[in-house]
Amino acid sequence: MATRHDTAAPPAEGGAAPGRPSADPVSLEKERRRRDRLSRRWQRDIRWSPYAFVSPFFLLFVAFGLFPLIYTGWASLHQVELTAPTDMNWVGLRNYTRIFDDDFFWNAAKNTLTIGIISTVPQLLMAMGMAHILNYKLRASTFFRVAMLAPYATSIAAASLVFVLLFGRDYGMINWALDTVGINPVDWQNDKWPSQIAVSTIIIWRWTGYNTLIYLAAMQAIPQDLYESAALDGANRWQQFIHVTLPALRPTILFTVVVSTIGASQVFGEPLLFDANKGTSGGAEHQFQTLGLYLYEQGWVAQHLGRASAIAWTMFLILIVIGIVNYVISRRLRASS
Amino acid sequence: MRARIRTARKAMVLAAAASLGAGLLAGCADDGKSDGSGSSDGDSGGKTTISVGLFGTMGFKEAGLYAEYEKLNPKIKIAENSVQRNENYYPALLNHLTTNSGLLDVQAVEVANIAEVTATQADKLEDMSKAPGVDKSKWLDWKWQQATTKDGKTIGLGTDVGPMAICYRTDLFKQAGLPTDPAEVGKLWAGDWAKLVKVGERYKSKAPKGTFFMDSPGGLIQAVLGSEKEKFYNSSGEVIYKTNPAVKAAFDLTADAAKKGLVQSQTQFQPGWNSSIANNKFAAIACPPWMLGTIKGYSKPDAAGKWAVAVAPKGGNWGGTFLTVPKSGKNVKEAQKFVTWLTAPEQQAKLFKVQASFPSAPSTYTMPEVTGATNEMTGDQKIGPVFAEAAKAAPEQVIGPKDQIIMQGLTDNGVILATKGKSAKEAWDSATKTIDNKLDQ
Repeated sequence: MATRHDTAAPPAEGGAAPGRPSADPVSLEKERRRRDRLSRRWQRDIRWSPYAFVSPFFLLFVAFGLFPLIYTGWASLHQVELTAPTDMNWVGLRNYTRIFDDDFFWNAAKNTLTIGIISTVPQLLMAMGMAHILNYKLRASTFFRVAMLAPYATSIAAASLVFVLLFGRDYGMINWALDTVGINPVDWQNDKWPSQIAVSTIIIWRWTGYNTLIYLAAMQAIPQDLYESAALDGANRWQQFIHVTLPALRPTILFTVVVSTIGASQVFGEPLLFDANKGTSGGAEHQFQTLGLYLYEQGWVAQHLGRASAIAWTMFLILIVIGIVNYVISRRLRASS
Repeated sequence: MRARIRTARKAMVLAAAASLGAGLLAGCADDGKSDGSGSSDGDSGGKTTISVGLFGTMGFKEAGLYAEYEKLNPKIKIAENSVQRNENYYPALLNHLTTNSGLLDVQAVEVANIAEVTATQADKLEDMSKAPGVDKSKWLDWKWQQATTKDGKTIGLGTDVGPMAICYRTDLFKQAGLPTDPAEVGKLWAGDWAKLVKVGERYKSKAPKGTFFMDSPGGLIQAVLGSEKEKFYNSSGEVIYKTNPAVKAAFDLTADAAKKGLVQSQTQFQPGWNSSIANNKFAAIACPPWMLGTIKGYSKPDAAGKWAVAVAPKGGNWGGTFLTVPKSGKNVKEAQKFVTWLTAPEQQAKLFKVQASFPSAPSTYTMPEVTGATNEMTGDQKIGPVFAEAAKAAPEQVIGPKDQIIMQGLTDNGVILATKGKSAKEAWDSATKTIDNKLDQ
């Protein structure tokens, strides 16, 4: 900045003449060139600056997103061990073909699906119900809304460890409560369905409030006159909910379904910590081992990076298929409304 | 004017963005030399800082050994960096070893991982047998061998070992009509693990209500296999766990004990198992010295002094640690000197007194720190000689890189199922299927 010619005092030109720009052709030509240069810079600025501004994200994305993705794909075609990651043996598609008859993979896929359903469906239904209730005029409604979000702000690890204690077979509070009403103790960790329900409970507890707030926000955006005209037509509160609220919430429901599906396919922390000792095997009979957990087990416990990479890519492809299905359904829904 | 300001600002933003990006990128590249625990810089104020990477509570600091060494060597400072669980410590260490960066001057390795490190990472670690002042004969032979490569390089010096005995509750044994004196109890099952299970049946017939003979199927099979010379690998390094009759026998014996209701349906170190210690639910447990610390941790105060330690049917080992010196460390020579001193018999004896980490140097077994040792949980019984006997009787076991995975499969995906009503065969099939899948590269 300090070297600008037009603001800084010009060098003495013969001493007596003041430093006004004179109209001689040489300086005119100079001035024109200067403007041209500025205007070129200006154009370059306009053109390239936006890229510079977004570049930090993309640089990081390339380093931590794209490169690992491609490298994982490359590694999945090799036999690689974590103990010697640079020592790769080309095996072609073997890591993928073996997935077809890998019972553990399909078991994990099934568990991911069932845990996904057990956790997502009740979660969204409860969220809808609670949002509906919170949408009425309530005392201390802010308190309830904040309280809803408290589980979401709790760390997965802390929540899971507390739930492990609650679900303990011999000294857990839930079995104690069941016992007082005459139900035999349930082995929450070792039996298949109880363990999946227990893991799902942690997920439900954590995410219901979040979805409630999203539904609540959408409900508050529904114009009041829709309800008034429905009431004039003689619709009761239930009919109003079915015929006014639900249709208006359709895009929001779709959004939460998509987000929950993505979340469900990535479930990892809760089952990992639900049986901390067996950790990645997801229970003695892999009864709550999810795909994320199986991937981690292959990669970091068994140390087979190649196999783990192939599992990661297979999960990626499955997610893409789910994404396409979601997209098609949502387009149908939009077309029908 | 405006254009100029804009360009200048743009340049600044660009520079900021670039340096931020570059900084972050550099952050994930080689940070081996500059990184560490923050205090690991070679020379701070004329002192050399030796950085030590450990897991869990190994007790060197608690036993005052760092302070002692710093006093002996005024130019040295010790900086410890401990990770609570080996499950978190070891994968990171392995990453640092494979990339040969980010390693501290001294790194501890658990016995469950030493075979893998010895087999795959030996070229990145100093050969400690060549370090000045190291005398192989000071260690238990099998302990020395565990950290020695096929071509004779010893990459780690042993600190503690886990000689296995059986800890039992004298009050529960008495109520069940069993002897309570450690020598007599040891005789009940001397030489044969099947006899231990027989004693369990005797216990069960008169057991105090709601108690089991042993804590868990996992603990029992671990103990039985700990006393075998060959378990999962043979001496030429092949996986033989599925065909080794000793492994199948240990599995079947444990499954049988589980079927008869002699062991709790628990997994060790799980909350349910922890509570069963507090509630006095079992009478006996396979017990390396460190297990007494675990028991103490979960017991109610009134359990103190009610335990006793008897010799196990066969001598075996469970646990123990090695200290290694990475070649890429900053103070290799000083670190070697420090590790040699820290693992010398005198220091091991001091550590035992504070931390109950049992020495791997047999010359300590006649020192008063060991012979006179008592434990809060076992009252006035002199427990040192029992463990010393187990340590000397432990076989020179063949260990392999995937021991931990195989053992975990046998316990957590195997024998535990026998307590759930599955047959021994079903449990074995489930375990071997899990293990084979994990071993298959």
